[in-house]
Amino acid sequence: MSGHSTFEPKHPALKWFESRLPLVGLIHSSFVAYPTPRNLNYWWTFGGILSLMLVCQIVSGVVLAMHYTPHITLAFDSVEHIMRDVSYGWLIRYIHANGASMFFIAVYIHMFRGLYYGSYKAPREVLWILGCIIYLLMMATAFMGYVLPWGQMSFWGATVITNLFSAFPVVGPTIVEWLWGGFSVDNATLNRFFSLHYLLPFMIAGVVVLHVWALHVVGQNNPTGVEPKSPKDTVPFTPYATIKDGFGMVCFLIFFAWFLFYIPNYLGHADNYIPANPLVTPAHIVPEWYYLPFYAMLRAVPDKLGGVLTMFGAIIVLFFVPWLDTSKVRSGVYRPLFKQFFWIWVVVCIGLGWLGSKPAEGGYVIAGRILTIYYFAHFLIILPLLGLFEKPKAVPASITEAVLGKNKGAAPASAGVSAPQTKG
Amino acid sequence: MQLEAIEGRVDRVPRGRLPVSRERSTPRRDGLAEAAVTGSRGKETIVAATETAGTTRRDFLYIATGAMGAVGAAALVWPFVSQLQPDASVLAMSTTEVDLTSIAEGQMVTVKWRGKPVFVWNRTEKDIAEAKETQLSALLDPIARNANLAADAPATDENRAGEGHEKWLVVIGICTHLGCVPIGHSGEYDGWFCPCHGSEYDTAGRVRRGPAPTNLDIPPYQFVSDTKISIG
Repeated sequence: MSGHSTFEPKHPALKWFESRLPLVGLIHSSFVAYPTPRNLNYWWTFGGILSLMLVCQIVSGVVLAMHYTPHITLAFDSVEHIMRDVSYGWLIRYIHANGASMFFIAVYIHMFRGLYYGSYKAPREVLWILGCIIYLLMMATAFMGYVLPWGQMSFWGATVITNLFSAFPVVGPTIVEWLWGGFSVDNATLNRFFSLHYLLPFMIAGVVVLHVWALHVVGQNNPTGVEPKSPKDTVPFTPYATIKDGFGMVCFLIFFAWFLFYIPNYLGHADNYIPANPLVTPAHIVPEWYYLPFYAMLRAVPDKLGGVLTMFGAIIVLFFVPWLDTSKVRSGVYRPLFKQFFWIWVVVCIGLGWLGSKPAEGGYVIAGRILTIYYFAHFLIILPLLGLFEKPKAVPASITEAVLGKNKGAAPASAGVSAPQTKG
Repeated sequence: MQLEAIEGRVDRVPRGRLPVSRERSTPRRDGLAEAAVTGSRGKETIVAATETAGTTRRDFLYIATGAMGAVGAAALVWPFVSQLQPDASVLAMSTTEVDLTSIAEGQMVTVKWRGKPVFVWNRTEKDIAEAKETQLSALLDPIARNANLAADAPATDENRAGEGHEKWLVVIGICTHLGCVPIGHSGEYDGWFCPCHGSEYDTAGRVRRGPAPTNLDIPPYQFVSDTKISIG
């Protein structure tokens, strides 16, 4: 799929360089000549958007680290110093804080897209698993980043999340002490979280390189789930995908800018503007929105260890989706039953998120239990069985046929594309 | 394929909303206007216009989009550059007041102003006399380097010492060679000696032996009263 580079340098200096390190040729074959399926829709622009968000977070984060002080007596004030004293510090901090949320919005859409169109199926299992690893790293990074402002939510979020590990028998308490570097969340914890928060994004960038590499080996999936069979099924990455991705990014940035400039604290918690106090826990302690579904699962299970295992299991199960889905048909477009179950599952995820933001009492807990069971049933029961019992719709013979069939059956390509448009 | 696509796009522009009207007395001769004007007459001529004109509507959109993108990128880059400048908390500490009553005659104290050492020296009669006797021609740097005076003021002792308070000498304690802090009351000229590379300064803080190229700088300061100065 990736094909050989057709890049042939003209300039003698570039020729000289290219014969020693074919860097420009690599970029050319990966992002210019690279064939992309001609039917990719806007859900496919989120890969590019995610790359953009990673760069955005690293750039704004490096700048924030120039002004931030990772010490319990200074951290909170240094964040306020960034907001008040540093030139455009308020903007850069809000970019970073809201950027994290935007990053997760994009990654969830990216994951839902992959699940709907069967992008995890052979031969894309490794691509999918690398994506799951990136997601895990993102969660760890975001968690540690949220601790750094050293507000009440930072402190108690860190306390609760690190205490999850105390659920493990025998070694649990020791693990937690080692995570803390002490007997409670304290300066040692803050220092190591700062160090790791700076490190992990670069590890994410490394896994992203592997993710893109794996993508370019097996090729992109597409809404039909049918592999490109002839050159007619693909278009060159540039200009087609670059322009489409670019447009998607601009629209996404407008959405981002709306949060940034109009409701920069909407996704945060007011309690985090109170300096950390190890002696008083806030009345309602809630994690950031992107953890809420998992938080709901944690609280749905009445057993401490069980809750922790359920929560981690909800992510671990994603790694096995390529083998849990037994259907021969890749794309959800041609799977009438899967399609319905998929959307039910999406609603369940959102429902769990909503429950995660509610207090753990009464009906909320019962609803949380039902939805948690359904979440796992979707992967462990529904997906395997659907492949056996579902009768899929006819899959088109090729991407081209699927695209042109919408207008004029299997009409010749050129007539099919231009005819409807010239009628105005 | 490519041409057909362009045709299709232009074709779909609603007739009534074309930007250039037919009444225009002197139509512009560039392809953009041409394409738009012919476009208002009917779709048959559009194909010819977009194929033959030197500049097409698409070129215009392409450049306009690129220009907007460049402006946006520049606007985004600026905050990331701007954050490097001294922030408000640093600028807020840009003046330092020194009480002179506690400095005895002959005593030299070091105060901090904007993170730099500033020497405040209560000079003796002998120090002042030595500085006054020195001819300008004997100096390596004949310029006063006094931020409170004109840039070309000569390096006389009057121009170096405090205005109306000639026993006070206030200089930034950073050797003008490579930034070390010179040692006071030492060196052949009774002023300062820099331990890094051996520069020597006299009792008015003027460089007398290299490698330092210029006299010790005098910071902007003023006498708030006879016993208090405000630096910065």
